[in-house]
Amino acid sequence: MALLEVSKIDVFYGRVQAIRGLSISVGAGEIVALIGSNGAGKTTTLRTISGLMHPAGGKISFDGRDLTQTKAHEIVRIGICQSPEGRRLFPRMIVLDNLLMGTYARKERSGIQSDLARVYELFPRLKERTKQLAGTLSGGEQQMLAIGRALMAHPKLLMLDEPSLGLAPILVETIFRVCTEINAQGTPILLVEQNASKALEIAHRAYVLETGSIVQTGTGKELLSSPDVQRAYLGM
Amino acid sequence: MGTIGEAVRRRRSALRSGLTGRFLDLGLIVVVAAFLILLATRVLEHGPSFFLQILTFAIANGGIYALIALGYTMVYGIIELINFAHGDVFAFGAFLSASLIPVFGLGEDKPFGVLPALALLGVFVVTMLVCGVLNVSIERIAYRPLRHAPRLAPLITAIGMSFFLEGALFLWKGPSNVHYPNVLPSAGFNLFGAEIGTKEIIVIVTALVLVVALALFVERSRLGKAMRATAQDRDASLLMGIDIDQTIAATFFIGALLAGAGGTMYGLYYNTSVFDLGFSAGLVAFTAAVFGGIGNIYGAAIGGLLIGMIQSFWDGYFESAWTQVVIFAVLILVLVFRPTGILGMRVPEK
Repeated sequence: MALLEVSKIDVFYGRVQAIRGLSISVGAGEIVALIGSNGAGKTTTLRTISGLMHPAGGKISFDGRDLTQTKAHEIVRIGICQSPEGRRLFPRMIVLDNLLMGTYARKERSGIQSDLARVYELFPRLKERTKQLAGTLSGGEQQMLAIGRALMAHPKLLMLDEPSLGLAPILVETIFRVCTEINAQGTPILLVEQNASKALEIAHRAYVLETGSIVQTGTGKELLSSPDVQRAYLGM
Repeated sequence: MGTIGEAVRRRRSALRSGLTGRFLDLGLIVVVAAFLILLATRVLEHGPSFFLQILTFAIANGGIYALIALGYTMVYGIIELINFAHGDVFAFGAFLSASLIPVFGLGEDKPFGVLPALALLGVFVVTMLVCGVLNVSIERIAYRPLRHAPRLAPLITAIGMSFFLEGALFLWKGPSNVHYPNVLPSAGFNLFGAEIGTKEIIVIVTALVLVVALALFVERSRLGKAMRATAQDRDASLLMGIDIDQTIAATFFIGALLAGAGGTMYGLYYNTSVFDLGFSAGLVAFTAAVFGGIGNIYGAAIGGLLIGMIQSFWDGYFESAWTQVVIFAVLILVLVFRPTGILGMRVPEK
């Protein structure tokens, strides 16, 4: 049984259905990508897993526990943390305090220093700017901080929502390289991306989401060579 | 974050850009300078000991306003709501502590010593806690159910809560001014011809201690960090594992602790209270919070102190009938020239 099992969930915004019978899973050690166009429901899926929204039907389980109606602030404690869309940093706190906010829910405080060292190693830029207010960072630095903050929660599953959005190509490379590094260190990743080619390159498996439902799934390589995916998402 | 915040920022950046901004800043400087010159001439007329006397009153008065202003600003900072009932929680604190004074064995003009001081501390603690519980209940009943409603809805229930509390205080002690027992020692000492009372010193020191304690709490404690995070981004805070409902309730509780202390200090200092004290003092304290930069606790402390000083100096040197007008003129000037207040946000939100 996979670490994260999302089965047949339906999610609504008021009366509008955003997710229809969606099922995905993330296994231990995997990078799983969720690709799709604007409005397909990628962010809604992550928000629902994080407990910011609750499904009207279906089931979400993690590590054998039912999370379907669990509150957002408890989900971090169970081991899922995400770097949300739009980064959502605490703009009037310095970089270090933002990172430490990531540890808010941690029970064991002992590993915090080594995790901090690890984040600074992954993103040396953050170490240089440790005393700077998050609101004054550049877009790329903010993205690094958002990922670093999620890592500070020491999650059993890391979810990244559009980590490459709005970044310069060189930074996009950095972000994806760091994703594989984090994964190689043992953390499974659920990655939501519009940059389908990059996401599929690093993903072990991927799902294609269209108007709230999964329309295709396979390994990253399979989807990269699928004619439908190439036409719709890779511009070929 | 919020639409008001954005509008304010847009307005500020419009003001800051180019000559218009400098012209408006200049306008503010001219107004302040004119007032200070006028004040200086009066100060010279009345001599230094009178000035020192007024200054003492002013700081004590400002300290009490600072305590009330903190509650407005903390709640606004975290949920962008002006808790109109906050002033009435302050007035409730004054009423309750007046009733507690005999219960704790204190009374009018009894000798003051260690034991009465401890009893007074007890009055403070009980009043503060009860005010805290009251404010948390107000949040639970009148604001939390409306958290996702349009912004005007909780504003209306806030006004309703304020009227409700005022009505309750009216039923409790009637329409006229209520005498508050004078338990603090009236002795004082002479400093360059000014009479500095023990009362003033107690009020000033207590206010200072509470403001510093609050600042340390918000900066250092875990809950304080949760409060700051929630004020800056609610969804992100949830994702970090912060229980938003609990954090917001705690903010109301802490704000009301200060209001309860402020109410007790007001009573002890002025020896009077009245059922609609929360309306008048609350509006002034709210002005102070806006003056300092709403949402900023240091701003509220400084704004409270300054508004209290403006009030006392105007009372002392000019016509006290005009004091309220002057205070609200200050509010208007701040909103026109510096909409984010003296210590308004200096960092982009996102």
